Formats: sequence, C-alpha cells, structure tokens
Amino acid sequence: MPLLRRLVLLTFAALALAFPATGARADAAEISAIVDRFATASKFPQVEAVIEALGAAGDPLAVPALRALEAGELQVAPDGRVVIERGDALLDPVTLEAAAPVEGRLKKVRTKNSIRRMIGDVISGLTLRAPEPAIRMTAAETIFASADAAQLDALEAALAEETDAGVKSRMEEARAAILLTASDDPAVQMAAIDIIADRGDQQALAVLATYANQASNADVQAAAREGVAEIESTLAMWQAGQNIWYGVSLGSVLFLAAIGLAITFGVMGVINMAHGEMVMLGAYTTFVVQETIRNSFPGAFEFSLLIALPLAFLVSGLVGLVMERGIIRHLYGRPLETLLATWGVSLILQQAVRTIFGPNNREVGNPDWMSGAFMIGEMSVTWSRLWIVVFALCVFGALLFAMNRTPLGLQMRAVTQNRRMASAMGIRTPWVDALTFALGSGIAGIAGVALSQIDNVSPNLGRTYIIDSFMVVVFGGVGNLWGTLVGGLTLGVVNKFLEPYAGAVLGKILILVFIILFIQRRPRGLFALKGRAVE
Amino acid sequence: MLFTRFLAGGLKSPVIIGALVVILAIGVIVPVLNLAVAPGSAFHIPDHMVPLFGKYLCYAMAALALDLVWGYCGILSLGHGAFFALGGYAMGMHLMREIGDRGVYGNAVLPDFMVFLNWKELPWFWHGFDSFVFACIMVAAAPGILAFVFGWFAFRSRVTGVYLSIITQAMTYALLLAFFRNDMGFGGNNGLTDFKDVLGFDLQSGRVRSTLFFLTAFFLALNLLIAAAIVGSKYGKILRAVRDAEPRTRFLGYRPDKIKLFAWTVSAIMAGVAGALYVPQVGIINPGEFAPANSIEMVVWTAVGGRGTLVGPIGGAILVNAAKSWFTGVLPEYWLFALGALFIFTTLYLPDGVAGLIRKMVGKARSKPRGKDEETEAPAADAPAGAAE
Repeated sequence: MPLLRRLVLLTFAALALAFPATGARADAAEISAIVDRFATASKFPQVEAVIEALGAAGDPLAVPALRALEAGELQVAPDGRVVIERGDALLDPVTLEAAAPVEGRLKKVRTKNSIRRMIGDVISGLTLRAPEPAIRMTAAETIFASADAAQLDALEAALAEETDAGVKSRMEEARAAILLTASDDPAVQMAAIDIIADRGDQQALAVLATYANQASNADVQAAAREGVAEIESTLAMWQAGQNIWYGVSLGSVLFLAAIGLAITFGVMGVINMAHGEMVMLGAYTTFVVQETIRNSFPGAFEFSLLIALPLAFLVSGLVGLVMERGIIRHLYGRPLETLLATWGVSLILQQAVRTIFGPNNREVGNPDWMSGAFMIGEMSVTWSRLWIVVFALCVFGALLFAMNRTPLGLQMRAVTQNRRMASAMGIRTPWVDALTFALGSGIAGIAGVALSQIDNVSPNLGRTYIIDSFMVVVFGGVGNLWGTLVGGLTLGVVNKFLEPYAGAVLGKILILVFIILFIQRRPRGLFALKGRAVE
Repeated sequence: MLFTRFLAGGLKSPVIIGALVVILAIGVIVPVLNLAVAPGSAFHIPDHMVPLFGKYLCYAMAALALDLVWGYCGILSLGHGAFFALGGYAMGMHLMREIGDRGVYGNAVLPDFMVFLNWKELPWFWHGFDSFVFACIMVAAAPGILAFVFGWFAFRSRVTGVYLSIITQAMTYALLLAFFRNDMGFGGNNGLTDFKDVLGFDLQSGRVRSTLFFLTAFFLALNLLIAAAIVGSKYGKILRAVRDAEPRTRFLGYRPDKIKLFAWTVSAIMAGVAGALYVPQVGIINPGEFAPANSIEMVVWTAVGGRGTLVGPIGGAILVNAAKSWFTGVLPEYWLFALGALFIFTTLYLPDGVAGLIRKMVGKARSKPRGKDEETEAPAADAPAGAAE
C-alpha cells in the first residue's frame, strides 16, 4: 500500500529531523538566530522577511519552526525567547528539546493565509533540497499528490541539482503531475502521461484517471485513458501477487496448525480434538515468557520468541504426553471414543486457561524484527507474516529430517504403514504412540508461538483453528508431510483468491463444501497411503 | 395399517413400553401440576419450568435421533445440531410469518429484520411459510433432504469412521457460517425471535405452553416407538450388522450405503422435529445452534445415557441438561470442567453409558447361575480402528 510506504518514509523523515546530521550547511545556532528574529517581527512584512531568511539559509532544521508557525504554535515569551507551545509542553523551535519555563504570558506570532501559503512553499523548497534523500523523496511525493503548479519552480531548481537516481525519478514524476494540468502543450502532456503511467501505482492511477475525465485535447485524453488502462493492468498483476502472498501466508499458518494433527492422525489413527488447545497453550506460554521478561529482564524482549519456542514445545508436548498416557492409550482401537475424550480434554484446558488468565485477549507483543512492513513494488509484506512463512518452512524441514533420518522417524513410519508388523519386528508401538503424540502436541505448541504474533491470544484461539486444521489434514491426506504442506498452501491460496469475489465468509463456506465433495472422490486425501496397510 | 403393524413391532420390549408410559405420563403430569395445582402448593410447577422441561425433552429427542445412527449404525455424527437447527428454522419462519404486522416496524409483509436491511420483497424461499402445514412439511423435509443428499454421497463413496465425523462437522460449520450472513435472509446473527402466536394462540399463555409440552412428550414417545420398531425389525438386524462389520455385510450381498442412508435420513428428520418443537418453547432460533460444539454436546448426552439402548440417550440428555442448568446457575465457572470430565469419564469407564451399566448389573444378577450369556445382547464397541483391521 502506498499509504504504508509513505508512512514509513515520513517516519524516516521525522527521524532525520529529530537527529539532524551536522554538516557544512548552516548550523543550528545560525538557524536559531534567524528564528529568534520572530520575537521582534510584530508586522506581517517582518514575519515574511524572517521566513524568507529561513528559506535562504537552505537548512531543513528550520522546518519544525515553520510548521509550528503554520499551526499557530510558535509563541514569543516576554523575555524575548521564541518557543513552540505544543499541548502543555514548551519546546525549543530548532532542537525541539524542552525549553526552560516561561514567566508571564506568551504571545503568538501572527500569520495570515498568504503567509501560510508562503510557509508551504518555503518548506517544500527546503525539504526538496534537504541533504537526506528520504526527506527529498517525501517532499517530491507530497508535490506529486498535490500537483500544485506554484511549486514548479522550486521543483525544477531541486531537480537540477538532484544526484540520487531514485529521488530524481520521483521528482520527475512530480513535475509531470504538475505539467499534466498546468501545461497546454499536448507534446509536454503526452510526455508527462508516459512518465506517470510508468510509475504504475495507485496514486499515479488517481492522477491520470482524474485527468482523463477533464482533458481538453482528444489525443491527450486518449493517451491518458491508455495510461490508466496500463496502470490498471500493472496493478491487477500486483494484486494477484499480493493475493498469492496472503494465501501463502495463510497457508503456512494453516500448515503450522495442522501438521501436528496430521502426524498423530497418521501414526495413531486418532483425531485429537484438543489439538487447537495445544496451539493455545503455546500462545499462552509466549505470553507468560514475555510477561516474565517485561518484569525481570526488559533487555531480553527481542529474544522472547526464541525463548518461548522451546518452552512452548515442552509445555504442549508434556500435556500431550500426559493425555496419551492417561487417556488415549486406554481407548486404543476406538477412534470415535478418542475423539470424544479429547474433546473433553479440550473443554477442560479451555476453561482452565480462562480461569487462570481471564476470558479476555492477552497482549502478546511483537519484537522489533517482527513488526512493520516493507513494499515489493505494489505488494506490502509484513515482517511477521514473512517470518511465519520462513518458520513454517523450517518446521517442515526439521520434521522431514526427523521423519526420514532419525530412528524415531523410522519407527513412526513403520507404525503408520503397518502397526502389527512393526510390533512384530520389535518396535515398541506404545512408546512410539506416546512420543508421536507428544511430538504432535509440541509442534502445535510452537505453532502457537507463531500464531500469538498475528492473532488474538484468547482461550478461544484453539477453537478458531481446529476445524481449519481438520480440513487441511483430510484434504492433504494423513501420514504424509508433503500432503499437509500442499493441503495447507492450496487451501490458503484458494481462500484468498475467493475472498475478493465471494467475501470472506462465503469463500470459507465454498471451501468447506469443496472439501466435503473432495472427500467423496478421494476419501483418503490428496496424498493417500497406498498398499495393503490401508484398512 | 402397515404402519401401525410396523409400529407394533416396537412394542416387543418391556423396557420400551415402560419408557413410553413414563414419557406420556410426564407429558400429562407436568402441565397438570402447572395449571391445576395452586401456585402455593409444594407440587406446583412454576411457569418458567414448563418450557425448560420441554427443552429437555427436545434435547432428548435429538439424542434419540443420534443414538439411532451412532448406536445402531456406527456413524458418529458431529453435525446433528445442523438438522436440529434446520427444523427449528423451518418452524421459526412460520412463527415469524404469524407475527404479521405486529413487528416493531409494523410491516405486514416483511419480518422486522428484512425491513431493517431495507429489503423490498419477501425472498422466494420464505413463500409458503404462512401455512402451518407447509411449515410442518418443511420441518421434516429440510433436514431430511439435506441428510439424504449428504448421506447419498458420503455413504456411496464409503466415507467412514473419523473422516465421516469430520465432514459432518464441516457441514454444520459451513451452515453456521452461512446462517450468520445477513444476505441469506434468515435473520443473520440475531436469528428469528419475537414470536407472538402459533396457530392464533398466544405463545406466552400457560395453556399453550402446556400444550406444547404435551406435544413434545408425545412426539418423543412417537419417535421412540418408531426407533424401537426400526431397530426391532429385520432391517434393524442388518443395520447392526453394518455397524459391526460393514465389509462382511457387503460381501453377503447387502448394500450398506442404502441401509445406512435410510437410518441416517430418519434420524435427521427426528432431529428436525425436535428442533421445531424447541423453537416455540424457547422463543428464539439463531445460528449459534449450528455451532459444532452443540452437536458434540448432543453426542455426550447419548454417550452418557448409553448408546445403542434407545431409552438411555433420552435419560442421558435430560440428566446432562439438568446438570447444566444447575451448574450454570450455581457454579458457572465449573460447568465446562464438569462437562469435559464427563466426556472423559464416560468414554473411559462407561462405554455403554448408564443404561449399559444398569443392563449389565441386571444381567449379572439374573444370569448368575448360567454364566454371562446375556452380555452378548449388549452392543459391541464400534468397528475397530482402521489400523487394526
């Protein structure tokens, strides 16, 4: 989203303003001296002169003071100091540090409309030539959005000395946006349309679409229409890319939630209805870890998730182990009863969490490396989603390794394929069952750590994922990790592609119906086990 | 004639006859104690208790329906709540039509929620619900057709066991999502409520409530009789054969899919009737009834009472729901603990429920001199897991 990008840029700009680099240009003291002249400027022409002087100094350090003046926050103290009054705080107009308290009444530096307009021009002139490319970029973007012909001169001047290629193209686009409406030479306008169409984002679309409706020259209008169409098709491609990305990200969440279920179902033929609650336990473990860190070791917050991962695995895995030893092994060979008993466990776990942590959502924070977003072209990618996809792939890789390269994996595969034969070969199937169940639950726990970053951590967290996880498992087929991966990703992507047409709820209904029908054709899922072992 | 003879087949067992008598007696006694006994008396049943008991009987009917497929056919449905709710919605739609122009907006044609959503005319599927008879047909037809279509596909493709349970759950979940949508035309989130009359009689009056209660008891008895007749017939024997060894039954030349489909559809209709009687007594039907958790709760009523016993689930439903009413009144925090523990305890220690326990005790006492032959009567556990077979 362009908006997001602009926010990011603005943040950069604000940071750059807050910590100005000291350079060869006019330094803070010089700007302060000029700003202090506001104290004696009691008439409008004097105020204008000070503003001009600030513009001539060419240092963006003056921007906060100018903005404050524009907003009517710039005040003169009786002792002749110039300060910014923002809320209850008094700030130095240049450094923006807290200013010394003032005795007596403050007097506002007065402005009028023409002065405010002038301030705008001076600010854009200053920012367009600011030493930091990010600020120049923001300034160019602002002009592109406003397409204010009055700023053309400042823009041209800045463009002439611009060295950064990225900023330069932005400025050219801004100039094109101005020329498109300001110029009446069709050739210039056509060139402008080309430049804007190449930009190809929502703002460019808005500029061109508005212009296409009001153009006076038929050729130019046709060119603008063409440009609009071009941008729209570019945007549609980005939109498709964005959908795929959303789908992959949803799919990896589904995969994480379902993979533990698939393992236990594959090996033991048991559906664990408390699986969602294992996810929930993982999420709450994250919460507890973060609380502990906040209270005792605030410095370690960035590592909270890494600490939570093994703990969540242990907590959920242990609960799973206790469940298997205490309940499930007594119900061996009665899968439907197991389903009911594990449902009972899920009710108890839910209510226990509700009693201990309360029924409301719990706040789980994102570490810095998990928050924020970045853009790829017109696609926005949030870091948390990206890390979850990466994490899902890591879990998948680790499981693949565990299943194919470790003794436990070997035994699990043997039991999955033919329980009685495996038992006859000396594999202790009860042990394999217990460890499988613990492993499946533990993975649900670490899935919970990941989900705590993107979903509400509440006692109902598990409920929201359990049916989706079932769908992934029955769709992908049991006893096959690839099946779960493909199943999860397919359902995720299909879901995100249906959403724009059918809406989120109807899309989900369609998927459920599709899966019900799919089971009729392939009762054992996409990647079914073949051979005598089946039934 | 044929039907009465078929029903008479259900009267073979003294337990069933006893249960029928008890249910009908309750159906008469509760209204009498409510209407004819003075409010001060110790035997008086207060007004709000009558619909509560009626609700229990509706749940009992749903549990009985579930028992027919789970206990006798081995299909663990996690979606019977959907049939229950569909029946309820069919009845609710008729009750909405009876409100007429007495709604908040006073619109003679459209129910309140449609006026609220700015709809101009009645959607096509609401036509006909002005007629009580049509609504009654739909009460059976809506869940019946859904079950028939669903079962037709599922049984023909030989989807069994856990997979079947999961897709029934997916079915009710899909319906839950669908009925939550406002554009479906079933009142969305709020469902259907504010009912005034049924057949011109005020729903709030004591007499109507008592009549509804009696009708619920009557239909429960009728359903029990039908279920007993089905189970006692030759078809019932094959049904149990399918439950215990489906492939073997198939090799003997029967068609398990058709056999299951019949019981499945009948069971869905029973659940629909239960839902239809539930709605006027409770006064509301909303999409929450489709929640998968509700359907699973029905399963636990059946399990506690004893599946494969017909009478057991009726008792189980009443018992568990009475316990729920008590818990949510006294210890609301602990109800889910109790329910969860009940699930675990029943599956671990009471696989045949309370009724199975009683049967076993009676059987032991009676057959002490002869050994334990009687136990073969009791239904075996479901077909063993796929892995073991």
